[in-house]
Amino acid sequence: MAGLTIDSVTKCFGEHPAVEALSLDIAPGEFVALLGPSGCGKTTMLRMLAGFESLSEGEIRLGGRILASREHHVAPERRNMAMVFQSYALWPNMSVADNVGYPLKLRRLAGETYRRRVAQALSLVGLSPYAERSPQELSGGQRQRVALARCLVTDPDVVLLDEPLANLDRHLRASMEQSFREFHRRTQATLVYVTHDQSEAMALADRIAVMREGRLVQWATPETLYRQPRTAWVASFIGQGSLLNVAAGRPDQRLEEAMLMRGLASAPAERTQPVLVRPEHVTVLSDALSPQALCGRVESVTFRGERYELYLRLESGEALLAYHHAALDEGRQVALILREGWCLEPET
Amino acid sequence: MTPGLADSSQHRWLLTLLMLVIVALSLVPSLRLLMESLGGLGQGSESPLWRVLQAESTWRALWRSLYTSGLGMLIALVLGSLFAFVITLTDIRGKAWLVFCFMLPMMIPPQVTALSWLQLFGPASPLLKSIGMAPPLGSPQPLYSAEGIALLLGIQSAPLVFLALRTSLLSLPRELVEAARISGARQAQVWRQIILPVTRGGLIAGAAMAFISSLGNFGIPAMLGIPVGYYVLPTLIYQRMASFGTGVLAEMASLSLLIGMLALAGVALQQAWMKRSRFGLMGHSGRAHDFSLGRWRGGVTALLVTLLLVILVAPLVALVVSSLVPAVGVPLTWETVTLNAYHEVIGRQGATWRAVRNSLWLAGCAALVLMLCSLPLAYRLQRLPPRWQSLALSAIELPYALPGVVLAVACILLFVRPIPVIDVALYGTLGLIFVAYLMRFLVVCLKPVAAGLAQLDPSLEEAAQLAGAGPWRRLGGIVLPLLAPALFAGGLLVFLLAVNELTVSALLWSAGNETLGVLIFNLDEGGESVLAAAVSVLVVLMVATLMLCLSLLAPRLPKGVVPWQG
Ligand SMILES: Nc1ncnc2c1ncn2[C@@H]1O[C@H](COP(=O)(O)OP(=O)(O)OP(=O)(O)O)[C@@H](O)[C@H]1O
Ligand SMILES: [Mg+2]
Repeated sequence: MAGLTIDSVTKCFGEHPAVEALSLDIAPGEFVALLGPSGCGKTTMLRMLAGFESLSEGEIRLGGRILASREHHVAPERRNMAMVFQSYALWPNMSVADNVGYPLKLRRLAGETYRRRVAQALSLVGLSPYAERSPQELSGGQRQRVALARCLVTDPDVVLLDEPLANLDRHLRASMEQSFREFHRRTQATLVYVTHDQSEAMALADRIAVMREGRLVQWATPETLYRQPRTAWVASFIGQGSLLNVAAGRPDQRLEEAMLMRGLASAPAERTQPVLVRPEHVTVLSDALSPQALCGRVESVTFRGERYELYLRLESGEALLAYHHAALDEGRQVALILREGWCLEPET
Repeated sequence: MTPGLADSSQHRWLLTLLMLVIVALSLVPSLRLLMESLGGLGQGSESPLWRVLQAESTWRALWRSLYTSGLGMLIALVLGSLFAFVITLTDIRGKAWLVFCFMLPMMIPPQVTALSWLQLFGPASPLLKSIGMAPPLGSPQPLYSAEGIALLLGIQSAPLVFLALRTSLLSLPRELVEAARISGARQAQVWRQIILPVTRGGLIAGAAMAFISSLGNFGIPAMLGIPVGYYVLPTLIYQRMASFGTGVLAEMASLSLLIGMLALAGVALQQAWMKRSRFGLMGHSGRAHDFSLGRWRGGVTALLVTLLLVILVAPLVALVVSSLVPAVGVPLTWETVTLNAYHEVIGRQGATWRAVRNSLWLAGCAALVLMLCSLPLAYRLQRLPPRWQSLALSAIELPYALPGVVLAVACILLFVRPIPVIDVALYGTLGLIFVAYLMRFLVVCLKPVAAGLAQLDPSLEEAAQLAGAGPWRRLGGIVLPLLAPALFAGGLLVFLLAVNELTVSALLWSAGNETLGVLIFNLDEGGESVLAAAVSVLVVLMVATLMLCLSLLAPRLPKGVVPWQG
């Protein structure tokens, strides 16, 4: 197993950079997600990893071996990678088994070994009874699993997945997420997974690279991204929360309840530090008014099954989101305690 | 009943009537032919069909038709697929020009193609004489042979293969190729194992079209085969009609039936095959996969350009050279070069000019009439249930799908006697050719209009209807302006095809009613190849200009209307 290194890679289409100075160090066997809004360059980055696009600047290395740089380009077929395409890309002229076995044929495997490995891959994704069908006779989820089996069948160094679940319905997505996780556990391959769905990335990946307009914004584990986002943009992209200005702390610092509440009570002119407050860290005191508590008014309430989401307006005019176990009337005054916050970098 | 409703039902009836008349007219020639050839079956072994089937010449011509068309199809397949694969799938430069030049032979009339190749080879070739490479007098013209005919048929129909294959390559999702490459397939393996199998349908369709079009081709086997007595089915009919006149009409009807069946069988076979090899392709097919040619790019470009030089440029140069010499066999030098032939064609008001005028009139009027019919016809057809729609379209397509001689024989049968009720005699007049053109080229004009109409958002018309526009108003004020480019392109295509047409008019012309195609053919037969070359050069210039016009119009047309733009 070899680690994958992306070293300040830039890709320009004409003048316009689709990916700009992106650097990532991916450990062997890691499950990595590229996350970002539509058009931020995720697919372009993935296609550069696969070798379908050349680089404008920078270098991609696998282990010690240079895969691509400005001068050098290893063809896709010689990279020992596998890819699951958004449209599955099953060859319509071959049966399911032939589709899965094609990479083996290219590696000159035949006879008993060939049949065994195809059967193994198909049974892993639960499609053994469908081996002789043509891909057109399968449902969307089954096609997706054939594409996955095709990746499994060889031992690729890196598996690339481009929004593999985007075409599927919600139930199927949940079960496919499970198959990806199992797939990763079993193969121990390095996985690079492109998605614009943050919950998918959070659920699956060991580490997430958040991209925006071709640039890397943050590269961290899901927990870190959630608890310690670097900028307000990342914070708003991942999970829910509110931004408040506080007269305390500095960027990348966690604020405890006391400091946070003190900072919020200061004069407006001194409150310059943006702080992220997650809704689960807001306590709503609907009865007794404690002296340190903030005052807020309920603007609207949404029922989410296990809890209610309260959209609150503070006296300073800032909006705040909180969770509560019971519904509260709109317009009602409540007292609030903010138990912790995370100081963000100011937006550049 | 409200006025609005009465209005719309009157409009429906008128359009329906028009449609029924047109569909019936499209079917009449084939029915008449069937009647004629099957009508005499009661006479047993004396019936025309039986006599034709027993004649040795029929089977010989049939075999030669199959041989030349089959060989031509193979040549078209090689040429067409080479260009389609390279131009569609690789990063070669100058694609637009390569496509335009490759498509040109399809639009140049076959008799001009034949003439230009005849001027390129053989002992009398002015080009070879001018560069001092002519073979000695008396050596045979290599093109007067089955293989010569097949070669030119192949070159003429190669663009059909190109188009069919290019269409299916453009719809090949890029991911299918990429998935194979990342699985470890080298470029050659991707071609063999993915691209060829998936685009098999396009290849089959192109091959079948090339075969059918070669089978019906008249100009090439007429110019290259008749001088040495090598007859294929269409030239056999022509030769019989020319020597025996309408007396052998019944037998000719039977012969025509034979070619017609052959062509239709080809169409049926093609559709059956296509159905078997059609895949539901999924994925993004916006941009085809660009194979990088790398250091081969120069070589591949050179190969394509060389091929174009051989199949297009060299014959055309030979044609131009031949039109500039004072007489056949004189080499071209600074002293001998002359524009006399062009003076003769344009300056004198002789038979040459008359033929040009006839063809321009015929083509222009046919284009105009068909443009007028196409919009209401397409409009009504679109509102038919899909089943009926495809049946009506097949009927309209029939006169174009059948070889031109078949239609010509049917038209003679239909009009050799004055039309009953109105007592108008069309036989022996330009009117006969005109009617035949209307039948044959209707589908050419209809197709782009129907394609444009299918793409039109129905809400545009509905909005006008809510605003109070009646049906004629909507047709004229909303649909017509939006479809005008498609309609115009259809008319232009009809003009392009009709002005060069030879097959139908070869059988239908009479003294004083020659067409441009017949003129070139007759001039060459009469040994006036310098004049024939001059007329041909003018024809090629006209074709190229019209094609350029269509290219300029292309951005405003529905996809696929201009055949040489993908
Ligand atoms: N072949 C190309 N030529 C020109 N521009 C391109 C090309 N491919 C992508 N781009 C541009 O590069 C940018 C990034 O595109 P990319 O497909 O990588 O986005 P993405 O993050 O995958 O978006 P999505 O989530 O919508 O798939 C876009 O602005 C796109 O328009
Ligand atoms: Mg994408």
